Amino acid sequence: MSAPAGPLADLADRLTGLVGALRAHGVRVGTGETVDAARAVEALGLAEREPLREGLAATLLHGTGQRAVFDQVFDLYFPRGVGGPGDGSGDGSGDRDELRERLADALADDDTALLRQLAAQAVDGFGGYGSSPGSDGWSSYQTLDRLRPQTLLARVRADIRARGGNGAGFADRLLDDEIRRRIEAFRGMVAAEARRRVAERRGRDEIARRAVAPSADRVDFLFAGRDQLTELRRAVQPLARKLATRLAARRRRAARGTIDLRRTLRGSLSTGGVPMRPVLRRRRPVRPELVLLCDVSGSVSGFSDFTMLLVQALHDQFSKVRVFAFVNRIDEVTGLLEHGRADPEGLGARIRAEATLTGWHGSSDYGMALGEFAERYGAAVGPRTTVFVLGDARTNNLDPNLAAVRRVAGQARRVYWLNPEQRSLWGTGDSAAPDYAELVEMHECRTARQLSGLIARLLPV
Amino acid sequence: MFTSVDDVSTRLAETGYLASPAVATTVFLADRLGKPLLVEGPAGVGKTELAKAVAEVAGARLVRLQCYEGVDESRALYEWNHAKQLLRISAGRDESWDDTRTDIFSEEFLLPRPLLTAIRGDDPKVLLIDETDKADVEVEGLLLEVLSDFQVTVPELGTVTAARRPFVVLTSNASRELSEALRRRCLFLHIGFPDEELERRIVRLKVPALTETLAESVVRVVGALRAMDLRKVPSVAETIDWARTLLALGADTLDEQVVRDSLGVILKHQDDIQKAAAKLDLDAL
Repeated sequence: MSAPAGPLADLADRLTGLVGALRAHGVRVGTGETVDAARAVEALGLAEREPLREGLAATLLHGTGQRAVFDQVFDLYFPRGVGGPGDGSGDGSGDRDELRERLADALADDDTALLRQLAAQAVDGFGGYGSSPGSDGWSSYQTLDRLRPQTLLARVRADIRARGGNGAGFADRLLDDEIRRRIEAFRGMVAAEARRRVAERRGRDEIARRAVAPSADRVDFLFAGRDQLTELRRAVQPLARKLATRLAARRRRAARGTIDLRRTLRGSLSTGGVPMRPVLRRRRPVRPELVLLCDVSGSVSGFSDFTMLLVQALHDQFSKVRVFAFVNRIDEVTGLLEHGRADPEGLGARIRAEATLTGWHGSSDYGMALGEFAERYGAAVGPRTTVFVLGDARTNNLDPNLAAVRRVAGQARRVYWLNPEQRSLWGTGDSAAPDYAELVEMHECRTARQLSGLIARLLPV
Repeated sequence: MFTSVDDVSTRLAETGYLASPAVATTVFLADRLGKPLLVEGPAGVGKTELAKAVAEVAGARLVRLQCYEGVDESRALYEWNHAKQLLRISAGRDESWDDTRTDIFSEEFLLPRPLLTAIRGDDPKVLLIDETDKADVEVEGLLLEVLSDFQVTVPELGTVTAARRPFVVLTSNASRELSEALRRRCLFLHIGFPDEELERRIVRLKVPALTETLAESVVRVVGALRAMDLRKVPSVAETIDWARTLLALGADTLDEQVVRDSLGVILKHQDDIQKAAAKLDLDAL
């Protein structure tokens, strides 16, 4: 067996590099799939890029959630071109206005190819920083900051209106949103282009591992940006549906239950003491109750919002769901959440506006809030209730009020604490996590993926 | 079956299925690599239609297995015709048991169900396993043997291996996560909503009487609705329905009144309708 010739060996390297990068991002790709991908490359040829992208996606991916990561990694390993843009070769560094002009035209035409070319030129002209090799690079942030594509909205709108003539149509009112989406797409192109240029400088493998944004369900709640949170919120419904089926399956299995020894023996008397027919323990068909205590202070609100929506979407799995929010005082928000389904984005703001969550000061105080819960809403917790506490257990050095937690834990069936902080940070600074963890089961819950795993495991059936 | 990706697009288009580049590429690969195709996507984007179109292009017979909760081996694979076997036994009273036994477990008494049908015989077939996610996990285990080796084992008859591999399409609405083992055996294709240009072509193809400008505004409005955060966003099927409705209403341009009257065709929840009406300024009349 001799090694394949130059370009082919390079292709194999590229493919395995791509697979390695995907694996580093948690996409499970087996060797079989890699071989399939290679066969796909063979069947499709390298002449065109888009079929190649689709072909590799079809063979390597198994779900839709991984596609965003794949696209970014693909752009690095099979780049559209090498080096700077071919034609102007970066002479436009001074012509910011000229570039903006051309960008506005391209946006008005919705000409994707031209936009991509402009993105390349923009990064080339405005994205470079540093001078010594090793510290220089290309920044999409810097490019976009200089170019400010978002400020072109009004111009592009005027352009399209002027050109269209029949601008009075009904669909015309959608124009703003459409242009915004085009601009957003352009920003994505700039980011991809900057990543590609950096990868040329620093080595593909490293950039593919570091600079590619992880898929939404693996983003840390505490560091998620606005877009990622929006994306997560969109994932609530499908995720809830999936969890509901999983819960139903667990319930079905649990209903088959264990053998009721007393009744089996009792029944065996009629067959001379031989237990011919095992009697299963009958389960009382009660649906469990759920109480959620959510810290909605700034630091962890993304996490709480998401979890609240998820539990709300699961509400028909339980006989009763009650949700309480706190910062340093606690209030019930179950009602707000029901309306929240129609407008999940405004949920956090509405909770903070309509519920009494703070008194005296605005920072979170677990001891005070938990104490108030045990006092005012103690009746909400009974022997059938499972309580979830969501928060980072950072008490701002105030009294953690362990007695209140003990009291709630004594009344409830189970109490779980979901902490969006990394386990290694528990107990550092003002975190009272270890103290609470001694009383109730505490789980690390940093990403949507972890959350759905925990919910599937911990929710009572 | 196909010579190139473009060949797939053109031939599918001839049957009235306009494929996006992603769809065409994946169909081409599924044919080339001989692997089953797992298609996911929202309802109403043409997952089932794709299988039908491929069958038509290939001049193949479409064998369809509709999955539902509780579908089992005897519905999916094969079943023995018990009544006929009983008749056979009582008809041949004088025979020895050995003769009868070998006879009643022969092809004549076998009722093939879709999976076995798709594998037997030499004619080209397209096997469509629809709504795979609705079936129980056990059925997936059954599919594994069929999909990886294209063979079915009937204990009394032996193993039936496909003389000619069918083109297999599995569809799923992702209401349940399919097992990793099944996914590994398939090429994965996600059919999302088509881009504006493709959707316009689809509308023009399905509702040829619609004017060009109206089709364009319909597609733009639907695109805007999809960008909203609705409980059930309109799919391609709804776009086409809406286009037909507008045609029936005799509207030649979109205006507030028409849109408000016909919004129920594309949106299926009251909250969605209210929300969309608010965002589209329909109350500004």
